[in-house]
Amino acid sequence: MSEVIKIKRGVDIGLVGEVENEFAPALPVETVAIKPGDFHGVRFKLSVKEGDEVKAGSPLLFHKDDEAIKFTSPVSGEVAQVVRGEKRRILEVRVLADKEYTYEDFGAADPIELEREAIIEKMTASGCWTFLKQRPYNIVAETAKTPKAIFISGFDSAPLAPDMATLLEGNEKEFQTGIDALAKLTSGKVHLGLNADAPAGRVLSSVKGVEVNKYSGPHPAGVVGVQIAQIDPINKGETVWTINPEHVVIIGRLFLEGKFDARINIALTGSEIKDRKYHSTILGAAIKPFLKGNVSEGKNRIISGNVLTGTKITDEGYLSIYERQVTVLREGIDPELFGWLIPKPDKFSISRALPSFFMRQAEKFTGQKVAYDLDTNSHGEKRAFVVSGEYEQVFPFDIFPVQLLKAIMTNDIELMENLGIYEVVEEDFALCEVVCTSKIPVQETVRKGLDLMKEEMG
Amino acid sequence: MKAIQNFLEENIKPNFEKGGKLERYWPVYDGFETFLFVPGHTAESGAHIRDGIDLKRTMNTVIMALVPCLLFGMWNVGLHHYNALGIDATFTQQFIFGAIKVIPMVIVSYGVGLGLEFLFCVIKGHQIEEGYLVSGMLIPLIMPVDIPLWMVALSVAFAVVIGKEVFGGTGMNIFNPALLARAFAFFAYPSYMSGDKVWINTSVREGQAVVDGFSGATALGDLATTGATQYSAFDAFIGTIPGSIGETSVLLIILGAGLLIFTGIGSWRIMLSAVIGGAVMGLIFNAVAPFALSPEQQAFMAVPFWHQLILGGFAFGVVYMATDPVSGSQTETGKYIYGFFIGFLSIMIRVFNPAYPEGVMLAILFMNTMAPLIDHYVIQANIKKRQQRLALKTAGA
Repeated sequence: MSEVIKIKRGVDIGLVGEVENEFAPALPVETVAIKPGDFHGVRFKLSVKEGDEVKAGSPLLFHKDDEAIKFTSPVSGEVAQVVRGEKRRILEVRVLADKEYTYEDFGAADPIELEREAIIEKMTASGCWTFLKQRPYNIVAETAKTPKAIFISGFDSAPLAPDMATLLEGNEKEFQTGIDALAKLTSGKVHLGLNADAPAGRVLSSVKGVEVNKYSGPHPAGVVGVQIAQIDPINKGETVWTINPEHVVIIGRLFLEGKFDARINIALTGSEIKDRKYHSTILGAAIKPFLKGNVSEGKNRIISGNVLTGTKITDEGYLSIYERQVTVLREGIDPELFGWLIPKPDKFSISRALPSFFMRQAEKFTGQKVAYDLDTNSHGEKRAFVVSGEYEQVFPFDIFPVQLLKAIMTNDIELMENLGIYEVVEEDFALCEVVCTSKIPVQETVRKGLDLMKEEMG
Repeated sequence: MKAIQNFLEENIKPNFEKGGKLERYWPVYDGFETFLFVPGHTAESGAHIRDGIDLKRTMNTVIMALVPCLLFGMWNVGLHHYNALGIDATFTQQFIFGAIKVIPMVIVSYGVGLGLEFLFCVIKGHQIEEGYLVSGMLIPLIMPVDIPLWMVALSVAFAVVIGKEVFGGTGMNIFNPALLARAFAFFAYPSYMSGDKVWINTSVREGQAVVDGFSGATALGDLATTGATQYSAFDAFIGTIPGSIGETSVLLIILGAGLLIFTGIGSWRIMLSAVIGGAVMGLIFNAVAPFALSPEQQAFMAVPFWHQLILGGFAFGVVYMATDPVSGSQTETGKYIYGFFIGFLSIMIRVFNPAYPEGVMLAILFMNTMAPLIDHYVIQANIKKRQQRLALKTAGA
């Protein structure tokens, strides 16, 4: 058994609204959407127009700079609407789903027998390629690159995260086939990170052909970027790909059955959801049916994803492609009298200037987990960097986070490179953003830096 | 609470909003409103939940840590005043006398400092930032009691404008603003900032007179000039010695340090390494004392190292000024180096140059200048490590 890697710097934020370990009865999927905003580094071109009939796996959009890469429809049906924003940028391509799906046939094949090129061709044509994310820059993987390794995090340590074993249950064969295909894409290994402190489930623990590493410690132990930094940090000029386990299953189905079968499981979480269960659905499904009659009254924030890295959507919105949960929180729009002075116990903080720290210490003695009922209030206004040594408590990288952010803010490309921008993506900084005294928009800043680096370095 | 909020929303706020009569003064209104209410702003990009801490609470915690020093300082001012006049006074009388002397300095410091901050924010159209809340409390605490109020005002103005606003405001300054105010007063009005006339208020009313043999010198001043002092180490630790208003009680400073370290707002790394730095220098002096030229200097050098640490502004500077996160070193490794040299240089300056018994002020300002350099080398080490990793990789491939 491999050694357990301990992640020391980080914090688990206990929230009210964990998902129950139970599946809800299946709800029909009426519409799905592909959202170009989910993908970075892509210039999109439409392949369809409104009213076109598509099958599951038919291209809706393609990548202008890497034309083989298709963004395909997860269901069969009719292209209902192309939603555009400023400068006619495509925001959503919505597809009205049929009752019974018909599938494009990409041909079943055993990936072990296939050449690398054949695997790439199948994955790009079917839309499965878009699951692969490339570092540096956190963009959709480029077909011309061969990564030095592929990393998969087999557990989610974010607040209210669903249990990976539950999400993947019953997909042993699919997952193994997907892994076999991925193994052909890299010149190195496929790394799978597992939680040392919880069972991984049959699917992940039985898989072969991967390098398993176990991690223990608080969030962000389950974030793939942290795992890369521990095993094989990215140097200048190197490429690493990452992919979510649930997407490996879909790739597996492609090779087993020759079709783009985009069924996934998600979790409904957050304090404002009444009935928090797992749901079986389709990639990019509309979230309306899940929330109907299932959300508390009042002004809420609906998040596709978790509270750290998810995207704010409306109740008419759709699941984001890389997310595995929907979270609903109260919007924190009420001003609070002398809120900066009173040490109220209902606020989360890593600072010992608030009672939160001691409540979490007491956890160890009482065994009672502290769960905060947090809203989206920012608890203060944006300021310049003042406090030092704060991000470092939750940032388990050998990188100076504040100095890197300052380099990004001043567009200092050489310094960004020297300080390790190739090794990180937005989500690695999510906890820094949470704990920031000065309320700096950290993830947005990192994204800006990555975009600039990509533009300058290619 | 709802009523105040509604009143503000309906009657006051519109005047300051875009198109209102007082639109230009929006930062002033915003400053007051956010003081009353933490606004109902939500996280707009990135993470959807945020830590309960903000800059107001951080600054407030530091002020809390300063309150014991302030109260003690008031009493101490009265104590020495009545002792100098040979009058038996009650604790209350002593405290009230001190409060009458000290509170105007606090008011002037905040009035002038915040006034200037507001002015700059209105000109720049920025929100008011909280940095001055701590500086405004620190400045009176590091002044001698007899300094005229207009000098306090001028020092504050210098510190805020030249020390902070020209660099861009809170978070951008190179020097600790409070120390800059003190340094300004020290070099502009040396006769009001040093010597043995300013530390104890000896204003007399009719029929009162200073007792025979009275000396107004501080313990440190005595040691630097004569090599001996009438004040014991215990006095220095408790704080019943003359000195700048808030700096004398090491006991209460340790209490404040406890709060700062406990809440994590003051860096224990800086405090610890500064104490070690001061002790090391003190020990070196102890060792070389017999070789000093004059008997006074010999005696001063021979002061036990731990006694050096509880004299003058050393403890106050190390706990409240050296730990300023903006002007200090910002890397965790850098903090050890930064702190060590503050302690080391403080004791060195104070002993070698009796004209500057307050070595800690100059040591911190000097190390403020050096902090970016220290950080630079700490960061370079990280960059080197990264480059070596790459070199190793390319060599292996």
